[in-house]
Amino acid sequence: MTLDFFRLMYPELSLILIIFTLLIIKIFDLFKQNQSLISFFNAIFNFYFASLLFSININSGELFNGMYISSSKFAFEKLILTSGTLLILLNSAVWLKNHKHLPEFYLLLVSSLLGMQYMISSGNFLMFYLGLELASIPLAALVNFDLEKKKSSEAAMKMILLSAFASGIMLFGISLIYGTSGSLDFDILQTSINANKLNIIALIFIFSGFAFKISAVPFHFWTADVYEGAPFAITAFLSTISKAVIVFVFISVLSPIFNNLQFLWSNLLLIIIPLTIFIANIFALRQRNIKRFIAFSSIAQAGYILLGLSSNNGLGFASSIFFVIIYLLSNIGFFAVVSAVSDSMGKEEIDDYKGFYKNNKKLSWALAISLFSLAGIPPTAGFFGKIFLITAGAATNHILLIAFVALNMVISLFYYLNIVKKVFVDSSQAPLADVKTGLSAKVSLIICLAGIIIIGLNGALLEYITKLINL
Amino acid sequence: MIDKLSLLILIPLFTALLMLFAKDKLLIKRIALAGAVLQMFYSILLIVSFINSERSSQFLFVKSISWYKTLNIDFISGIDGISVSMILLTSIVVLAGVLVSWDINERVKDYFLLLSLLSIGAYGFFISLDLFVMFFFLELAVIPKYLLIAIWGSGKKEYSAMKLALLLMTGSALILIGILLIYFRCETQTFNIVKLAEVGIPVELQRISFPLIFTGFGIFTALFPFHTWVPDGHSSAPTAASMFLAGISMKLGGYGCLRAAAYLMPQATVEYSKIIVLLSVIAIFYGAFATLMQKDLKYMNAYSSVSHCGFILLGIGMLNHTSINGAVIQMISHGLMTALFFASIGMIYKRTHTRKIDELGGIIKSMPFIGSTFIIAGLCSLGLPGFSGFVAEMTIFIGAWQNEGMFYKVSTIIACASIVITAVYILRASAKAITGKVAKEEFENLKDADFNEKSASVLLIIAILLIGFTPFLLINLINQDTFIISENFFKIITSK
Repeated sequence: MTLDFFRLMYPELSLILIIFTLLIIKIFDLFKQNQSLISFFNAIFNFYFASLLFSININSGELFNGMYISSSKFAFEKLILTSGTLLILLNSAVWLKNHKHLPEFYLLLVSSLLGMQYMISSGNFLMFYLGLELASIPLAALVNFDLEKKKSSEAAMKMILLSAFASGIMLFGISLIYGTSGSLDFDILQTSINANKLNIIALIFIFSGFAFKISAVPFHFWTADVYEGAPFAITAFLSTISKAVIVFVFISVLSPIFNNLQFLWSNLLLIIIPLTIFIANIFALRQRNIKRFIAFSSIAQAGYILLGLSSNNGLGFASSIFFVIIYLLSNIGFFAVVSAVSDSMGKEEIDDYKGFYKNNKKLSWALAISLFSLAGIPPTAGFFGKIFLITAGAATNHILLIAFVALNMVISLFYYLNIVKKVFVDSSQAPLADVKTGLSAKVSLIICLAGIIIIGLNGALLEYITKLINL
Repeated sequence: MIDKLSLLILIPLFTALLMLFAKDKLLIKRIALAGAVLQMFYSILLIVSFINSERSSQFLFVKSISWYKTLNIDFISGIDGISVSMILLTSIVVLAGVLVSWDINERVKDYFLLLSLLSIGAYGFFISLDLFVMFFFLELAVIPKYLLIAIWGSGKKEYSAMKLALLLMTGSALILIGILLIYFRCETQTFNIVKLAEVGIPVELQRISFPLIFTGFGIFTALFPFHTWVPDGHSSAPTAASMFLAGISMKLGGYGCLRAAAYLMPQATVEYSKIIVLLSVIAIFYGAFATLMQKDLKYMNAYSSVSHCGFILLGIGMLNHTSINGAVIQMISHGLMTALFFASIGMIYKRTHTRKIDELGGIIKSMPFIGSTFIIAGLCSLGLPGFSGFVAEMTIFIGAWQNEGMFYKVSTIIACASIVITAVYILRASAKAITGKVAKEEFENLKDADFNEKSASVLLIIAILLIGFTPFLLINLINQDTFIISENFFKIITSK
């Protein structure tokens, strides 16, 4: 039992270890603003975090009477989250170096990550809810981490209130489920949930909570404001990791539990998907701030992911996970450039990027490749990710929906190309000067770009994911 | 791993990689040139070995590499007579394009990298026998076009580039929906063209899928009413990019219509043939009349491209062996001819800094080579015997006239009549701008073409004359493959 405990819960336990170390550092105030110590700590921390990547937990098993489940699929999903977080941390090293509350930042971020991992591994709705709250509450504090900015506090307030509201709705749905079936165990629920009215209402409530977290229309209103107010690292985290976890949870938790109600939720998604993609695209066309822009772009991308999920088959799930990985890399690659610019010059408007190419040739190409991948243009991986999602959606035979989604790719191309145009074509009186990127940001950017180019051209990853899904 | 066909993609890829590490501008240009020359010789070699090998199956040198196993997508390459001639066309236009871009001095590395990316897209498209892979390469070629026009173009370049990118992406979205329908509604669940042709696509499915795929590829080849990107895109692009756009990129659409739409879905092609003919006749006639009104040489050539590409679709829509032969010849002829046209216009513009027909005049006195290049391209365009344009259009007309029925006869007559209009605008432009009185004093001492420009033009002119005087070489190459396509139509028409 004890051995199992360590063997199966290794990823979470290591995160807990990090959290306690950070607590001790904070309580005894070991840093005292000692710069060299901080950078030393940064390096150690990132190194330890990276070492987590090599500890892929492939042992399958259960703990605590099925409350915690571990399998190679879950381990792979956790690995994606951890590595994504590491990339974001590498990006934000410059910003963090000058921040007063470094340990708290890591503390909160790692707690959130821990919550996400528990969500994925949960075998019971209580455990799931615990993970959900652990994942979302620290995030609200993190959104407030630009301490001098008023917008940051406003965003945090919005986030905590709305996210509490969404959790409440979801909790209400869960309680209804408990009322009808008398259990919260996923094993039992899979067979006991049927199409009675209470269950349908519960499903709608739980789905609304999810739609809020993945910021699907009509629950998307918080996204742009929160993204704009949050510091870049947290915007990146919100738009990638916390969306990815919802997709994973949907695949491994929700879709099996509500399998008997599949007709209902896939029809719900059929309404949500075109609305999400279209409305987000229309709003993204008009944005001037780069963070608000990426907020709407990420809402649209979420719509594409939902398309893969709506098919409720192995191909759809596999291509959703595949796309999540690609989306993570492309978005983090985009953030690597944008946050480097923001860190060194404080520019956050799209118009500031006019003539960016003049002094920053390599960064411009990096930005363009990430944007192309987001827009789904070959040979970048984004092309394959999007096409496979559409392919999976086409398997459900809703041809009009597929046509609508495919034509929406053209609208999204317009606003992504618009930034490329600003960077490469437009000239400006005072183009941005040479942006200095730190070593760690460079490493993260290179990893993202290499991933964007290699993952698509090589079919092995999708095959591996399909194998995991079908296990 | 490395076989005959994948080398076609690998050569430009390695050229691009080499350029990536080169620092010096001249070195980059030399690498690009070496790659293009190598590629052209390789294409000629490929044709020779294609002719010499026995045609045991429809496609030769077929090789299949598994790509996405879960979705049954393989990287299948193979060529027949049509694709091998398109490959040669591509390599000739690429080489000519590199030669005329020698004086580019701004962002040299990016420029040549994008050119090679564009050519990778074209080669990959022509050799692939899998609808998904074809689609991949088709889209691969869109963004380089956007960047080439938006960065190095002239005039209202940003507008034109965006228009081009969005319209072409709409085209590919339509193609995507079409091929996904085929993938999911056929029992085979495959993108493999050979297999799909063997099994046959159900007629019901053809009726939905054909319009999507044909319109999608049609947008690439200026199908009326989606031709509007052509004039703006071509006239704003830098010289080499216009050559690529008109010479290769529009042919991707024509080839796609032939391979993915007409070949795979013969029943629907027969049923929709009247619409195809109608739209292409409108494009031919409208394009020709719009050309009459143009005052800018590049716009003139761009509109005439709309008209000439209409002939390609007309040839396909007329459904018989001769007319399809004509369509393929027209693709190649038009590719070479417009490339030559744009090259000469580019050379004129570089020296006189104007493309307006009214402002030019008498430039042949100081620049005999460039002037005569323009006139040769013009004569080919109006279909003078001895040039490739004559062979192509004549074959299409003979094929079209064979069809019974009032509708086809009238369409053929209207299409023939457009040649007269072509003659009007070509001769008028040549008379005013090239020969005629010297318009400005500074036109008296302009420098004629340099060595690179001369070799680019000579290369294209040789190819045009070769087709013009020995058309049987090309027809023998493609005859067998166009026959397979037309035979499908013939069976359906006679079984009615």
